[in-house]
Amino acid sequence: MFAAAALLAVSATGPANAQSATEIQLSYKDKKFDPAEITAPANTPIVIKLRNLDAKAMEFESKPLKIEKVVAGSSDATINVRAQKPGRYEFVDEYNEKVARGTLVVK
Amino acid sequence: MIAALIIVFREVFEAGLIIGIVLAVTRTVRHRNQWIGGGVLVGVLAACLVAVFAGALSNLFAGMGQELFNAAILTIAVVMLTWHNVWMARHGSELAGELRAAGQAVVDGSKSLLALAVVVGVAVLREGSEVVLFLYGVVAGSDDSALSVALGGFVGLALGALICMLTYAGLVRIPTRALFATTTVLIALLAAGMAAQAAAFLEKANWLTAMDNVVWDSGWLLSDASIPGKALHTLIGYTDQPTAMQLIVYVAILAVTFVLMRLYGAPVKVQAAAAVRG
Repeated sequence: MFAAAALLAVSATGPANAQSATEIQLSYKDKKFDPAEITAPANTPIVIKLRNLDAKAMEFESKPLKIEKVVAGSSDATINVRAQKPGRYEFVDEYNEKVARGTLVVK
Repeated sequence: MIAALIIVFREVFEAGLIIGIVLAVTRTVRHRNQWIGGGVLVGVLAACLVAVFAGALSNLFAGMGQELFNAAILTIAVVMLTWHNVWMARHGSELAGELRAAGQAVVDGSKSLLALAVVVGVAVLREGSEVVLFLYGVVAGSDDSALSVALGGFVGLALGALICMLTYAGLVRIPTRALFATTTVLIALLAAGMAAQAAAFLEKANWLTAMDNVVWDSGWLLSDASIPGKALHTLIGYTDQPTAMQLIVYVAILAVTFVLMRLYGAPVKVQAAAAVRG
Protein backbone atom coordinates (compact mmCIF):
# COMPACT_ATOMS: atom_id res chain seq x y z
CA MET A 1 0.00 0.00 0.00
CA PHE A 2 2.94 2.24 0.76
CA ALA A 3 4.31 1.36 -2.64
CA ALA A 4 0.96 2.28 -4.21
CA ALA A 5 1.05 5.61 -2.43
CA ALA A 6 4.62 6.13 -3.53
CA LEU A 7 3.64 5.29 -7.09
CA LEU A 8 0.90 7.91 -6.99
CA ALA A 9 3.24 10.44 -5.43
CA VAL A 10 5.89 10.05 -8.09
CA SER A 11 3.42 9.91 -10.94
CA ALA A 12 2.10 13.26 -9.76
CA THR A 13 5.53 14.84 -10.04
CA GLY A 14 6.34 13.00 -13.26
CA PRO A 15 9.70 11.70 -14.39
CA ALA A 16 12.61 13.53 -12.88
CA ASN A 17 15.25 14.92 -15.18
CA ALA A 18 18.25 12.71 -15.59
CA GLN A 19 20.96 15.21 -14.79
CA SER A 20 23.69 15.47 -17.42
CA ALA A 21 23.28 11.85 -18.50
CA THR A 22 25.64 10.43 -21.10
CA GLU A 23 23.68 9.21 -24.09
CA ILE A 24 25.06 6.26 -26.05
CA GLN A 25 23.72 4.88 -29.32
CA LEU A 26 23.85 1.12 -29.67
CA SER A 27 22.39 -1.10 -32.36
CA TYR A 28 21.75 -4.80 -32.55
CA LYS A 29 21.76 -6.78 -35.79
CA ASP A 30 22.32 -10.44 -36.68
CA LYS A 31 22.86 -11.30 -33.01
CA LYS A 32 25.64 -8.74 -32.65
CA PHE A 33 25.92 -5.46 -30.78
CA ASP A 34 27.34 -2.56 -32.73
CA PRO A 35 29.62 -1.24 -31.38
CA ALA A 36 30.50 -4.21 -29.18
CA GLU A 37 32.30 -1.91 -26.79
CA ILE A 38 30.83 1.37 -25.59
CA THR A 39 32.42 3.86 -23.23
CA ALA A 40 31.03 6.35 -20.73
CA PRO A 41 32.46 8.62 -18.05
CA ALA A 42 32.33 7.47 -14.44
CA ASN A 43 29.92 8.79 -11.84
CA THR A 44 27.31 10.15 -14.22
CA PRO A 45 24.06 8.50 -15.24
CA ILE A 46 24.10 6.79 -18.64
CA VAL A 47 21.29 6.41 -21.14
CA ILE A 48 21.67 3.67 -23.74
CA LYS A 49 19.52 4.11 -26.83
CA LEU A 50 19.29 0.61 -28.22
CA ARG A 51 17.99 -0.06 -31.69
CA ASN A 52 17.07 -3.69 -32.40
CA LEU A 53 17.37 -4.10 -36.17
CA ASP A 54 16.59 -7.82 -36.09
CA ALA A 55 13.04 -8.94 -36.69
CA LYS A 56 13.06 -11.00 -33.50
CA ALA A 57 12.73 -9.73 -29.96
CA MET A 58 15.84 -9.67 -27.82
CA GLU A 59 16.47 -9.18 -24.14
CA PHE A 60 19.19 -6.75 -23.16
CA GLU A 61 20.65 -8.07 -19.96
CA SER A 62 23.55 -7.06 -17.79
CA LYS A 63 24.04 -8.77 -14.47
CA PRO A 64 26.68 -6.31 -13.17
CA LEU A 65 24.48 -3.36 -14.18
CA LYS A 66 21.27 -5.05 -12.95
CA ILE A 67 19.42 -4.49 -16.19
CA GLU A 68 16.94 -6.73 -17.93
CA LYS A 69 14.93 -5.27 -20.73
CA VAL A 70 12.96 -6.92 -23.51
CA VAL A 71 13.27 -5.14 -26.85
CA ALA A 72 10.72 -6.14 -29.48
CA GLY A 73 11.86 -6.93 -33.03
CA SER A 74 12.65 -3.91 -35.22
CA SER A 75 12.17 -1.39 -32.45
CA ASP A 76 14.01 0.99 -30.17
CA ALA A 77 14.48 1.00 -26.43
CA THR A 78 15.80 3.42 -23.85
CA ILE A 79 17.84 1.95 -21.03
CA ASN A 80 18.70 4.02 -17.97
CA VAL A 81 21.91 3.08 -16.20
CA ARG A 82 22.73 4.61 -12.85
CA ALA A 83 26.09 6.35 -12.35
CA GLN A 84 28.85 3.73 -12.23
CA LYS A 85 32.34 3.43 -10.85
CA PRO A 86 35.16 2.93 -13.40
CA GLY A 87 35.26 -0.62 -14.69
CA ARG A 88 34.13 -3.01 -17.40
CA TYR A 89 30.50 -4.07 -17.38
CA GLU A 90 29.39 -6.86 -19.67
CA PHE A 91 26.00 -7.08 -21.31
CA VAL A 92 24.38 -9.74 -23.49
CA ASP A 93 21.24 -10.57 -25.41
CA GLU A 94 19.91 -13.16 -23.01
CA TYR A 95 18.27 -15.06 -25.86
CA ASN A 96 21.62 -15.47 -27.63
CA GLU A 97 24.00 -15.26 -24.72
CA LYS A 98 26.90 -17.08 -26.37
CA VAL A 99 27.30 -14.87 -29.42
CA ALA A 100 25.58 -11.60 -28.61
CA ARG A 101 27.90 -9.93 -26.11
CA GLY A 102 29.12 -6.42 -25.49
CA THR A 103 30.90 -4.36 -22.87
CA LEU A 104 30.32 -0.98 -21.30
CA VAL A 105 33.64 0.55 -20.30
CA VAL A 106 33.30 3.22 -17.63
CA LYS A 107 36.35 5.46 -17.27
CA MET B 1 19.21 -27.14 -25.89
CA ILE B 2 21.02 -26.53 -22.61
CA ALA B 3 21.03 -22.76 -23.22
CA ALA B 4 17.27 -22.77 -23.81
CA LEU B 5 16.75 -24.92 -20.72
CA ILE B 6 18.72 -22.46 -18.59
CA ILE B 7 16.92 -19.40 -19.96
CA VAL B 8 13.45 -20.84 -19.43
CA PHE B 9 14.30 -22.29 -16.03
CA ARG B 10 15.73 -18.95 -14.88
CA GLU B 11 12.47 -17.25 -15.83
CA VAL B 12 10.02 -19.78 -14.37
CA PHE B 13 12.02 -20.35 -11.19
CA GLU B 14 10.50 -17.39 -9.36
CA ALA B 15 6.95 -18.20 -10.40
CA GLY B 16 7.53 -21.81 -9.28
CA LEU B 17 8.56 -20.72 -5.79
CA ILE B 18 5.62 -18.34 -5.45
CA ILE B 19 3.03 -20.85 -6.65
CA GLY B 20 4.48 -23.45 -4.25
CA ILE B 21 4.06 -21.06 -1.33
CA VAL B 22 0.52 -20.11 -2.36
CA LEU B 23 -0.45 -23.78 -2.67
CA ALA B 24 0.87 -24.45 0.84
CA VAL B 25 -0.90 -21.39 2.24
CA THR B 26 -4.24 -22.47 0.79
CA ARG B 27 -3.78 -26.13 1.62
CA THR B 28 -6.96 -26.42 3.66
CA VAL B 29 -9.12 -24.12 1.56
CA ARG B 30 -11.80 -25.63 -0.65
CA HIS B 31 -11.72 -25.14 -4.40
CA ARG B 32 -8.22 -23.78 -4.18
CA ASN B 33 -7.00 -25.77 -7.20
CA GLN B 34 -9.52 -24.08 -9.50
CA TRP B 35 -8.48 -20.64 -8.26
CA ILE B 36 -4.74 -21.22 -8.41
CA GLY B 37 -5.05 -23.02 -11.75
CA GLY B 38 -7.14 -20.12 -13.02
CA GLY B 39 -4.45 -17.70 -11.84
CA VAL B 40 -1.79 -19.63 -13.76
CA LEU B 41 -3.96 -19.81 -16.89
CA VAL B 42 -4.80 -16.10 -16.85
CA GLY B 43 -1.12 -15.38 -16.18
CA VAL B 44 -0.06 -17.41 -19.24
CA LEU B 45 -2.68 -15.75 -21.47
CA ALA B 46 -1.68 -12.30 -20.19
CA ALA B 47 1.98 -13.18 -20.78
CA CYS B 48 1.19 -14.00 -24.42
CA LEU B 49 -0.68 -10.73 -24.74
CA VAL B 50 2.21 -8.76 -23.21
CA ALA B 51 4.64 -10.58 -25.52
CA VAL B 52 2.59 -9.65 -28.59
CA PHE B 53 2.44 -6.01 -27.53
CA ALA B 54 5.97 -5.85 -26.08
CA GLY B 55 7.01 -3.16 -28.54
CA ALA B 56 3.98 -0.96 -27.93
CA LEU B 57 4.28 -1.43 -24.16
CA SER B 58 7.94 -0.40 -24.23
CA ASN B 59 7.19 2.80 -26.06
CA LEU B 60 4.75 4.06 -23.45
CA PHE B 61 5.96 6.68 -20.97
CA ALA B 62 8.97 7.78 -23.00
CA GLY B 63 10.32 4.27 -23.43
CA MET B 64 9.81 3.33 -19.79
CA GLY B 65 6.54 1.41 -20.29
CA GLN B 66 8.03 -1.97 -19.37
CA GLU B 67 9.53 -0.72 -16.12
CA LEU B 68 6.35 1.06 -15.07
CA PHE B 69 4.21 -1.92 -16.05
CA ASN B 70 6.38 -4.20 -13.90
CA ALA B 71 6.24 -1.75 -11.00
CA ALA B 72 2.45 -1.56 -11.30
CA ILE B 73 1.79 -5.30 -11.36
CA LEU B 74 4.26 -5.86 -8.52
CA THR B 75 2.38 -3.24 -6.52
CA ILE B 76 -0.88 -5.09 -7.16
CA ALA B 77 0.74 -8.31 -5.89
CA VAL B 78 2.04 -6.52 -2.77
CA VAL B 79 -1.44 -5.19 -1.99
CA MET B 80 -2.98 -8.65 -2.50
CA LEU B 81 -0.40 -10.41 -0.33
CA THR B 82 -0.72 -7.84 2.45
CA TRP B 83 -4.48 -8.01 2.29
CA HIS B 84 -4.33 -11.80 2.47
CA ASN B 85 -2.19 -11.68 5.61
CA VAL B 86 -4.53 -9.20 7.30
CA TRP B 87 -7.55 -11.26 6.30
CA MET B 88 -5.96 -14.46 7.57
CA ALA B 89 -5.15 -12.80 10.90
CA ARG B 90 -8.90 -12.38 11.35
CA HIS B 91 -10.36 -15.47 9.73
CA GLY B 92 -7.55 -17.99 9.71
CA SER B 93 -8.92 -20.02 12.59
CA GLU B 94 -12.36 -20.27 10.99
CA LEU B 95 -10.85 -21.59 7.80
CA ALA B 96 -8.63 -24.10 9.54
CA GLY B 97 -11.45 -25.46 11.69
CA GLU B 98 -14.73 -27.18 10.95
CA LEU B 99 -16.38 -23.81 10.50
CA ARG B 100 -14.90 -23.44 7.05
CA ALA B 101 -18.08 -24.83 5.55
CA ALA B 102 -20.10 -22.01 7.10
CA GLY B 103 -21.52 -19.61 4.53
CA GLN B 104 -19.69 -16.39 5.25
CA ALA B 105 -16.30 -18.00 5.72
CA VAL B 106 -16.59 -19.69 2.34
CA VAL B 107 -17.52 -16.42 0.65
CA ASP B 108 -14.64 -14.62 2.37
CA GLY B 109 -12.43 -17.59 1.68
CA SER B 110 -12.92 -17.20 -2.03
CA LYS B 111 -12.13 -13.49 -1.70
CA SER B 112 -8.81 -14.38 -0.16
CA LEU B 113 -8.30 -17.03 -2.84
CA LEU B 114 -8.96 -14.41 -5.49
CA ALA B 115 -6.22 -12.25 -3.98
CA LEU B 116 -3.78 -15.16 -4.08
CA ALA B 117 -4.88 -16.17 -7.58
CA VAL B 118 -4.01 -12.62 -8.66
CA VAL B 119 -0.58 -13.00 -7.04
CA VAL B 120 -0.03 -16.27 -8.95
CA GLY B 121 -1.21 -14.67 -12.18
CA VAL B 122 1.18 -11.74 -11.72
CA ALA B 123 4.09 -14.09 -10.97
CA VAL B 124 3.42 -16.09 -14.15
CA LEU B 125 2.84 -12.97 -16.24
CA ARG B 126 6.05 -11.23 -15.21
CA GLU B 127 8.50 -13.87 -16.30
CA GLY B 128 6.16 -15.66 -18.70
CA SER B 129 6.16 -12.96 -21.36
CA GLU B 130 9.94 -13.30 -21.68
CA VAL B 131 9.65 -17.07 -22.12
CA VAL B 132 6.94 -16.58 -24.74
CA LEU B 133 9.09 -14.11 -26.67
CA PHE B 134 12.11 -16.37 -26.49
CA LEU B 135 10.28 -19.51 -27.60
CA TYR B 136 8.40 -17.62 -30.29
CA GLY B 137 11.67 -16.28 -31.64
CA VAL B 138 13.02 -19.82 -31.84
CA VAL B 139 9.93 -21.30 -33.43
CA ALA B 140 9.62 -18.42 -35.92
CA GLY B 141 13.26 -18.77 -36.91
CA SER B 142 14.28 -21.31 -39.51
CA ASP B 143 17.14 -22.74 -37.46
CA ASP B 144 17.53 -26.51 -37.63
CA SER B 145 18.02 -26.44 -33.90
CA ALA B 146 14.47 -25.18 -33.26
CA LEU B 147 13.26 -28.57 -32.10
CA SER B 148 16.09 -29.09 -29.64
CA VAL B 149 15.68 -25.54 -28.31
CA ALA B 150 11.94 -26.07 -27.87
CA LEU B 151 12.71 -29.33 -26.07
CA GLY B 152 15.17 -27.51 -23.79
CA GLY B 153 12.49 -24.91 -23.13
CA PHE B 154 9.99 -27.51 -22.07
CA VAL B 155 12.49 -29.26 -19.81
CA GLY B 156 13.17 -25.85 -18.22
CA LEU B 157 9.44 -25.42 -17.72
CA ALA B 158 9.20 -28.88 -16.14
CA LEU B 159 12.06 -28.01 -13.77
CA GLY B 160 10.16 -24.86 -12.77
CA ALA B 161 7.15 -27.04 -11.96
CA LEU B 162 9.45 -29.28 -9.93
CA ILE B 163 10.64 -26.25 -7.89
CA CYS B 164 6.97 -25.47 -7.26
CA MET B 165 6.29 -29.00 -6.04
CA LEU B 166 9.40 -29.10 -3.85
CA THR B 167 8.48 -25.77 -2.23
CA TYR B 168 4.98 -27.06 -1.58
CA ALA B 169 6.18 -30.44 -0.28
CA GLY B 170 8.67 -28.72 2.02
CA LEU B 171 6.12 -26.33 3.46
CA VAL B 172 3.34 -28.85 4.05
CA ARG B 173 5.67 -30.92 6.22
CA ILE B 174 5.38 -28.13 8.76
CA PRO B 175 2.62 -28.96 11.29
CA THR B 176 -0.62 -27.04 10.66
CA ARG B 177 -0.30 -24.91 13.79
CA ALA B 178 3.17 -23.69 12.89
CA LEU B 179 2.31 -23.47 9.19
CA PHE B 180 0.10 -20.43 9.70
CA ALA B 181 2.81 -18.43 11.46
CA THR B 182 5.41 -19.59 8.93
CA THR B 183 3.38 -18.66 5.87
CA THR B 184 2.39 -15.33 7.43
CA VAL B 185 6.05 -14.43 7.78
CA LEU B 186 6.86 -15.84 4.32
CA ILE B 187 4.11 -13.82 2.68
CA ALA B 188 5.04 -10.63 4.52
CA LEU B 189 8.67 -11.01 3.37
CA LEU B 190 7.54 -11.90 -0.16
CA ALA B 191 5.40 -8.74 -0.26
CA ALA B 192 8.21 -6.56 1.13
CA GLY B 193 10.63 -8.01 -1.42
CA MET B 194 8.22 -7.37 -4.29
CA ALA B 195 7.67 -3.80 -3.10
CA ALA B 196 11.44 -3.23 -3.07
CA GLN B 197 11.59 -4.67 -6.62
CA ALA B 198 8.81 -2.30 -7.67
CA ALA B 199 10.88 0.56 -6.24
CA ALA B 200 13.88 -0.67 -8.27
CA PHE B 201 11.79 -0.57 -11.47
CA LEU B 202 10.66 2.98 -10.69
CA GLU B 203 14.30 3.92 -10.13
CA LYS B 204 15.23 2.43 -13.51
CA ALA B 205 12.46 4.48 -15.12
CA ASN B 206 13.85 7.60 -13.39
CA TRP B 207 10.47 8.10 -11.75
CA LEU B 208 11.91 7.58 -8.32
CA THR B 209 15.22 9.35 -7.85
CA ALA B 210 15.14 10.20 -4.14
CA MET B 211 17.58 8.20 -2.05
CA ASP B 212 18.70 6.04 -4.94
CA ASN B 213 22.22 5.66 -3.53
CA VAL B 214 23.41 2.06 -3.17
CA VAL B 215 23.71 1.32 0.54
CA TRP B 216 25.90 -1.75 0.37
CA ASP B 217 27.35 -4.21 -2.12
CA SER B 218 27.27 -7.79 -0.91
CA GLY B 219 27.81 -9.23 -4.40
CA TRP B 220 31.15 -10.71 -3.24
CA LEU B 221 29.29 -12.71 -0.60
CA LEU B 222 26.16 -13.73 -2.48
CA SER B 223 25.38 -12.52 -5.98
CA ASP B 224 21.67 -12.11 -6.60
CA ALA B 225 22.28 -13.57 -10.07
CA SER B 226 23.30 -16.96 -8.62
CA ILE B 227 20.63 -19.60 -7.99
CA PRO B 228 20.72 -19.32 -4.16
CA GLY B 229 20.80 -15.53 -4.51
CA LYS B 230 17.84 -15.65 -6.89
CA ALA B 231 15.88 -17.87 -4.50
CA LEU B 232 16.52 -15.42 -1.66
CA HIS B 233 15.67 -12.57 -4.02
CA THR B 234 12.23 -14.07 -4.62
CA LEU B 235 11.60 -15.23 -1.07
CA ILE B 236 12.82 -12.30 1.01
CA GLY B 237 13.69 -9.69 -1.62
CA TYR B 238 17.47 -10.10 -1.29
CA THR B 239 19.47 -7.90 -3.61
CA ASP B 240 23.24 -7.44 -3.46
CA GLN B 241 23.11 -3.68 -4.14
CA PRO B 242 20.01 -2.24 -2.48
CA THR B 243 19.32 1.47 -2.64
CA ALA B 244 18.23 3.42 0.43
CA MET B 245 14.76 3.78 -1.08
CA GLN B 246 14.44 0.01 -1.59
CA LEU B 247 15.35 -0.60 2.06
CA ILE B 248 12.85 2.01 3.24
CA VAL B 249 10.05 0.53 1.12
CA TYR B 250 10.95 -2.96 2.35
CA VAL B 251 10.79 -2.01 6.03
CA ALA B 252 7.66 0.10 5.45
CA ILE B 253 5.74 -2.86 3.97
CA LEU B 254 6.70 -5.09 6.90
CA ALA B 255 5.63 -2.35 9.34
CA VAL B 256 2.32 -1.74 7.52
CA THR B 257 1.56 -5.49 7.48
CA PHE B 258 2.31 -5.77 11.18
CA VAL B 259 0.19 -2.76 12.11
CA LEU B 260 -2.76 -3.81 9.93
CA MET B 261 -2.68 -7.36 11.30
CA ARG B 262 -2.71 -5.92 14.80
CA LEU B 263 -5.57 -3.51 14.03
CA TYR B 264 -7.83 -5.84 12.10
CA GLY B 265 -6.79 -9.24 13.34
CA ALA B 266 -9.00 -11.07 15.83
CA PRO B 267 -7.63 -10.72 19.40
CA VAL B 268 -6.76 -14.42 19.57
CA LYS B 269 -4.52 -14.04 16.59
CA VAL B 270 -2.27 -11.40 18.13
CA GLN B 271 0.31 -14.09 18.80
CA ALA B 272 0.47 -14.90 15.12
CA ALA B 273 0.81 -11.23 14.28
CA ALA B 274 3.64 -10.93 16.78
CA ALA B 275 5.43 -13.69 14.92
CA VAL B 276 5.81 -11.32 11.97
CA ARG B 277 7.95 -9.06 14.07
CA GLY B 278 10.51 -11.80 14.69
